[in-house]
Amino acid sequence: MLKYGLAAMAAAAALAAATGAPAQELRIGFINSDSGPGALIGKHLRNGWTLGLEHQGWKQDGDKLGGVPTRIVYGDDQSAKVDIGLKEADKMIKQDKVHIVAGIIWSNVIMAVSKPVFESKVMLLSTNAGPSPLAGEMCNPLFVSSSFMNDGNAEATGEMATKDKIQTVVAMAPNYQAGKDNVAGFQRTFKGGKVVETILFKVNESDYQADLAKVRALKPQAVFIFAPGAMGVAFMKQWATSGLSKDVKLYSIYTIDGVTLPGIGEAAIGATEAGHWNPNLDNPKNKAFIKDYVAKFGHMPSYFAVQSYDAPALIAKGVQATGGKLDDMAAVAKAIRKGGMDSPRGQIKYNVNGMLIQPYWRLNVIKGADGKPEIRGAEQIMMRPDSFWEKCPANMRI
Amino acid sequence: MGQLIFETVLNGVQFGVFLFLISAGLTLVFGIMNMVNLAHGSLFMMGAYIGSYVFQQTGSFALAVVIAIPFSLLLGILLEFLALRTLYARDHLDQVLATFGFILFFNQLVLRVFGATSQEFRLPDAINFPMPLFGFTYPSYRLIVIVVGLAVGAGLYLVIAKTRMGMLIRAGASNRAMVGALGVNIRMLFTLIFGIGAALAGLAGVMIGPIESVESGMGENKLILAFVVIVIGGIGSIRGAFIASIIVGLVEVIGRVFMKDILRTFLPEEFAQTAGPALASMSIYILMAAVLYFRPQGLFPARTG
Repeated sequence: MLKYGLAAMAAAAALAAATGAPAQELRIGFINSDSGPGALIGKHLRNGWTLGLEHQGWKQDGDKLGGVPTRIVYGDDQSAKVDIGLKEADKMIKQDKVHIVAGIIWSNVIMAVSKPVFESKVMLLSTNAGPSPLAGEMCNPLFVSSSFMNDGNAEATGEMATKDKIQTVVAMAPNYQAGKDNVAGFQRTFKGGKVVETILFKVNESDYQADLAKVRALKPQAVFIFAPGAMGVAFMKQWATSGLSKDVKLYSIYTIDGVTLPGIGEAAIGATEAGHWNPNLDNPKNKAFIKDYVAKFGHMPSYFAVQSYDAPALIAKGVQATGGKLDDMAAVAKAIRKGGMDSPRGQIKYNVNGMLIQPYWRLNVIKGADGKPEIRGAEQIMMRPDSFWEKCPANMRI
Repeated sequence: MGQLIFETVLNGVQFGVFLFLISAGLTLVFGIMNMVNLAHGSLFMMGAYIGSYVFQQTGSFALAVVIAIPFSLLLGILLEFLALRTLYARDHLDQVLATFGFILFFNQLVLRVFGATSQEFRLPDAINFPMPLFGFTYPSYRLIVIVVGLAVGAGLYLVIAKTRMGMLIRAGASNRAMVGALGVNIRMLFTLIFGIGAALAGLAGVMIGPIESVESGMGENKLILAFVVIVIGGIGSIRGAFIASIIVGLVEVIGRVFMKDILRTFLPEEFAQTAGPALASMSIYILMAAVLYFRPQGLFPARTG
């Protein structure tokens, strides 16, 4: 049996060599979450990616991206399941022989996936996750981010609270690494006041009444919360009827966005977020992106969609700049970083660790013209390199 | 401090009553039919989805409740009739596998039909507002959840203790084979019990859906809690499920609010900061382990009394 198998494989290999698979074919693996609690985010990621590809003239396998015929394979990490994400990445590297692994929502998945990807000299393009090790001590020339560094929004919120002259804050986050990182990020930039208590709730918690009672007893001036996805929907609905919003200002991050807003509804009105995509940013690229996205998918895009939308343009730019040479993906990554990113978020530069140096905005949730809540961008809060790039070893910087 | 303690106890009771709504159906099905039904969480989810769908069409929460409950009942009966009744004679592993399959099925079903977005489902302001209560504000709707939960508990008690059907249910929990041998149509009874369990899950879903996120997979966490409750309470016992729900609700909520402060009294701050939330989220499982060790049959086992 084994003998026949080997023979068949040899024959297939010979055949492939004879017919000559196109000498130059760019292969991209896109790891997303199509199932599980993160499927909501996954849909936005996928939509943005699809629209980005279309805007680059790519519709199906074989179409060109950056002048090179391109094939794309997809993988599902089933929402933050490290083992499954790793398996998908392995398959993409070994079986599909991809040049680029893109996508990836979750920090734990990208940390696991980054090792085999870098070892195989494959480029890693994160369209969401941006954990601090990848920005710092584990940075790599093969890495490019089209999204954000995890602490960015939290740091921006800290600055915002400082600006708003807040004295006392209760910080709330799910009890896992990203939750703790975001609280730390907030504290890093929050000056002039004090975080009087940190409440870490269970990941995927859906009932916050107990924590809200504690907030009521602590009487802070503001609450800082990081509650992505379903957690945010539940929290905002319960916050609205807790009676706390009268006296306590709410700063949230990754909590109210295009993904969760329909579910939260009116309960979101009056909240303040920090964000790296301002939907009201006045530039043609942003307007075209929103218009085409709404026309194609029938709902407002989110920052998840923007991040993924930017990825195909980056790839096309990198491949074009290196003349379609795909045997040195570090050179492609370098070409992508050089000159920065032309995004609906504006013209944005890269730092030496592959992370973006992008503006963060104050976002207010207001009652829109149609009576439905709407995220409205206000002033820019900060724009600076992330807090970890100095830990990136000199020989790994580009 | 006194106010925080009072509010926390109230929250614990409220959370407990909610747990009871979910676990009552599960304990009936598990205890009386000896059937491990992991799809119970999916029935909870379906209740919430149907409620949200009716709400989106009509704008009426009352109508959502009125339609979601019989819908869940019918869905449960249909599920039992088409698939689950073939599993009674199989062992628990087969039941777990098959009903786990239903979790995946229902999760994908709602994704296909309703999409991945969290569904719009709101309460009318008239029943959901910050209500002044002994010097602080409490969400009025949570008081309604308590009342509904207690009413369901009382109703189930009356049915089980005072009616002929309740007598059969109790008999079924004690000795199924004998009830069948006495000429009772045990199949009918099982279908009905399963339907009631599904209706209770659907009621919990439509009650809780508007205050959290209605989306695919929302039932799984609830299912785990419901299993903890019925293991502590004694499988098959409604009384056990009720008391265990309140205990679990109180332990969970009190742990969440006070665990860190308790640890702070004798531990350094950094340690309390890390261990507090971890210990709080483990507390109900520690409680379950302790109950299993000292009273493996649960606090109020149905079979013995």
